[in-house]
Amino acid sequence: MKKFINDPEAVLAEALAGIAAAHPGLKIDAQNKVIARAGGTKPGKVALVSGGGSGHEPLHGGFVGRGMLDAACPGEVFTSPVPGQMLAAAQAVDGGAGVLFIVKNYTGDVLNFQMAAELAAEEGITVETVLVDDDVAVQDSTWTAGRRGTGATVFVEKIAGALAEQGASLTEVADMGKRVNAASRSFAVALTACTTPASGKPGFDLPEDEMEVGVGIHGEPGRRREKLRPAKEIVATAMDAILADQPLDAGDETIVMVNGLGGTPLIELYVVFNEVAAALANKGVVVARSLVGNYVTSLDMAGVSLTVCKADADMLSLWDAPVNTPALRWGI
Amino acid sequence: MDTDLARTWVQAIAAAVDKHKDHLTQLDSAIGDADHGFNMHRGFSAAITALADYEPDTVGAVLVKAGTTLISTVGGASGPLYGGAFRAIGKALDTPTADTQQFAAALAAGLASIQKLGAAAPGDKTMIDAYAPALAAFQQQADAGADLGAAAQAAADAAEEGMRATTPMQARKGRASYLGARSIGHQDPGATSTALIFRALAETRGAR
Repeated sequence: MKKFINDPEAVLAEALAGIAAAHPGLKIDAQNKVIARAGGTKPGKVALVSGGGSGHEPLHGGFVGRGMLDAACPGEVFTSPVPGQMLAAAQAVDGGAGVLFIVKNYTGDVLNFQMAAELAAEEGITVETVLVDDDVAVQDSTWTAGRRGTGATVFVEKIAGALAEQGASLTEVADMGKRVNAASRSFAVALTACTTPASGKPGFDLPEDEMEVGVGIHGEPGRRREKLRPAKEIVATAMDAILADQPLDAGDETIVMVNGLGGTPLIELYVVFNEVAAALANKGVVVARSLVGNYVTSLDMAGVSLTVCKADADMLSLWDAPVNTPALRWGI
Repeated sequence: MDTDLARTWVQAIAAAVDKHKDHLTQLDSAIGDADHGFNMHRGFSAAITALADYEPDTVGAVLVKAGTTLISTVGGASGPLYGGAFRAIGKALDTPTADTQQFAAALAAGLASIQKLGAAAPGDKTMIDAYAPALAAFQQQADAGADLGAAAQAAADAAEEGMRATTPMQARKGRASYLGARSIGHQDPGATSTALIFRALAETRGAR
């Protein structure tokens, strides 16, 4: 393993210190491991809190700021944060209008946020939760823990965050988050495994000519292993899975994200985006807005995830609203 | 079971988890996200620290304290599941000493807590596949009038058997469930750590 680290045990604390030093717009509570906006929450504004395991940067800390999250709680690498952290985050950012928890659908995240919501309620903080479960690689949710939350988390945080900024109520903001999740589908393919700082070796071996199809964002193997194929065919596989789950018609407007999993060069992400755009254009589907880059990563995994959100006019207008965070910034 | 034994049990779990943390992480690498060993180690180390200068009056207080510490330090699904289980076991033992029947009832409360929170059933390839047979064996011994040592021994054996029986199962809960049929052929990390917990109880009891 070759990594820019001092000590595997200190990675999270040192990265948080680095975030604090790099971004004056953020403040870090090192004790509780909470990243929040330096300016606090405007009184009367609904506060958005998200969190999850570390290793997915810029998610979630990189999306704290005007127009998106009020606070993020990073757990250890690939490990959900603990209830005390989430409670500290909720207490720090509640502006009196309640707190929205944005939770990716993993058993650990769900259980810890559930406990935190109960603790927050005891403290008199009103909490609503949006559960993100956009990953169509998880087919039969009867036989699994349900669909994983992946790329759509960025869409939910951006769009619900913009609505909160406009002064909407907790219920309205939560409903919008749920609408965005319901309209979004994701699918990911990996070319390599990733290496957690603590374990020091790749999670699985993947030969030079093979890929894992339908991976999540925690370095786990996918649904199946296949021979590596050209980008066009890989995108066709992913788009088939996405469109089979949520058909799109000619004229439908979409927000599309081609997201790198951490170890894939941007030039390849653009090759992939080109294929996605062509596939959607073929069906007459409009790519109204797009994001290409590393937004929800899996440490150093080489791979790509596609997220397609069937967006209505409200979502598009909220997407365009000003945002000022370390990882997403426009309109300011 | 008294407060000293409860404390020694937590220490024995911590030692076992420390010894097997790489193995747990290895199992979790195969079908999960490769953090189970580290997380359990962090939690039980913190539990020992929390218990170090804690002088409780009841067996339950020791285990509730351990459970609360696990919830606040482990993270992942294991934190709430194990932390909640130890809290449930502790809440059922509000007494300075507990006999084998009382301890059996407490272990049953622990399993109920895990099932309520995790919504998993036997056969889903989770910690329940080790815990449920361990509880049944413990209860059977308790009903037969066995002492805590013999009951814990039977529970540990049953937990290990249950742990091994997870290998051919297809996971239906937790991170491994996303692998579908590819989860078959791997021993479940959660069932493995549960077996360590019961073995630690048997060894703690046996050492007295």
